[in-house]
Amino acid sequence: MLQAFLQNIINGLAQGSVYALVALGYTMVYGVLQFINFAHSDIFMLGAFAGFYLAKWLSPAVSNPIFLLVSVILGSMAFCVAVGLTVERIAYRPLRSAPRLNVLITAIGVSLFLENLGQIVFGADPQVFPSLIATQSLLGGEGLVLNNIQVIVVIVSLVLMVLLHWIVRHTKLGIAMRAVSFDIEVANLMGIPTDTIIIFTFTIGSSLAGAAAILYGLSYPKIEPLLGVMIGLKAFVAAVFGGIGNIMGAAVGGIVLGLAEAFTVYYISSTFRDAIAFGILIFILLFRPAGLFGTFRREKV
Amino acid sequence: MKIFQVAILLGVVALLWGLNFFFEENINPYILRVIINCGIGMILAMSLNLVNGCAGQFSLGHAGFMGVGAYMSATITTVLNLSPFFQTDLGVGCAIVTGGIAAAIAGYLVGLPSLRLKGDYLAIVTLGFGEIIRICFLNIESVGGARGLSGIPPKSNFFWVYLWVVITFVALLRLLRSSYGRAILSVRENEIAAESMGIDISRYKIVAFVVSSFFAGIAGGLFAHLQSFIDPNSFVFNKSIEAVIMVVIGGMGSLSGAIFGGIIVSLLPELLRVFEQYRMVIFPLILIILMLVRPMGLLGHKEIWEIFRKKASS
Repeated sequence: MLQAFLQNIINGLAQGSVYALVALGYTMVYGVLQFINFAHSDIFMLGAFAGFYLAKWLSPAVSNPIFLLVSVILGSMAFCVAVGLTVERIAYRPLRSAPRLNVLITAIGVSLFLENLGQIVFGADPQVFPSLIATQSLLGGEGLVLNNIQVIVVIVSLVLMVLLHWIVRHTKLGIAMRAVSFDIEVANLMGIPTDTIIIFTFTIGSSLAGAAAILYGLSYPKIEPLLGVMIGLKAFVAAVFGGIGNIMGAAVGGIVLGLAEAFTVYYISSTFRDAIAFGILIFILLFRPAGLFGTFRREKV
Repeated sequence: MKIFQVAILLGVVALLWGLNFFFEENINPYILRVIINCGIGMILAMSLNLVNGCAGQFSLGHAGFMGVGAYMSATITTVLNLSPFFQTDLGVGCAIVTGGIAAAIAGYLVGLPSLRLKGDYLAIVTLGFGEIIRICFLNIESVGGARGLSGIPPKSNFFWVYLWVVITFVALLRLLRSSYGRAILSVRENEIAAESMGIDISRYKIVAFVVSSFFAGIAGGLFAHLQSFIDPNSFVFNKSIEAVIMVVIGGMGSLSGAIFGGIIVSLLPELLRVFEQYRMVIFPLILIILMLVRPMGLLGHKEIWEIFRKKASS
């Protein structure tokens, strides 16, 4: 009983930290530009495929698994940043002053475009993500499994989140970012180059998605072009749960969602796995629309 | 005046009836099928236009309501086996209306909590509800579950589909020109201003949502009785997106634009059949380019006759 409980916590943490990393990308873009970057989930998917091909290409040449893992993660992050910035430049920047509905529709369009392009380029069939690191059981008690992959996933995500926290709280760029998310027009008047800050936000968000994609590929080695859809939705739910625009909230929301899912699968049924996220979303939006850590600003005339 | 309207109505029905016979005799079945599909697309587009375009509430769950209508009507005609009446044209018509009413009720239940939200949140919540509706059908074994529901009487022909196109068009046009319609438009333009003018904005949002769901349910019922087979995969998220694209292409808030969009989006897959594989890449590209170049859609808020009238006067 206790072992099953602990096992669910382990599984939930590993899954939740991936959600948290993706949720951070949503929440940061939302904080700065006030729109849902639907394409974010597909950037995550592209990151997984970038890692897939990079690992195939690198694995004969590199023998050290740690070095291989690090280089694949960095490569995927770089690729995601490139895609994220291209999307921002081509699709979102021309619409900066357009009504929000148009930006939303464009974002959905970009997302569909990437998904369907992925299906043509990579094929619709799932691919097996190469295991970069041999799975080792660290703690093989009765009914309790903890392997090195899960530890790596949690540690890498934690490191990235702490790094992000440091950037946002203690660097000049981070201060500028917070200023832009508080009020973009006033920030601009104060001499903050808002376009640069927005580029910077997309860079961070996309790179986190890239890292999350590799971590996901390590723990669930089956990737396909529609992989991002569900993860993206759940990460979005996590972002809303924590209070969208709030970085701490996204991290906590991701973990909570991962745990909730693990417990649902174990104690109720695995068919409700995907429904629980929407359930949480609807519940949160009805009773605390600003999220757990969010502040609600009432619109004034 | 009244007699005049009745005469027009009868004329339209007779015209559709005649065209139905003409088409079934003289047009190859494939093309007729495409034409009927366009009709269903038009109903879907016009209904979503009321919420997305006129009330300005971005809904991404339209396929869910279409699914409710389709499943409800198909359940009546196929699963329940009530009486042979429901195998006839008229019986199927009744079943489709029931499907529409069921969809309207679903719309009310979904709209009541979610219309308190705005913009992106509303989009994502309606998306969530749409998916939940689909997952429900997936888990109800009596309507086939994941296997789907087959053997539905294929009663949707040109006449019935286009009769519903006309009904939808007239009903929505009348609604938009009434005080209800003006109130719904004012919600889109500025909620705060509308509220301070004494308009109960949540009420009008719900009205728009319920009416829209009703017609989406009708479109679903017609769809079910055209394909004679439905499964939960007929009502996935992509179907909602397709409906949104119809509205956006035509121009948000323009009824004739929605008809236009419905035709384009239903025809495009047939025209692009050569590029079958690239179809779903070209669709979103069109959407993005449209948003960048002509964000209001082809017609904008205007109706097609307004544009011609302006040209004629100037």
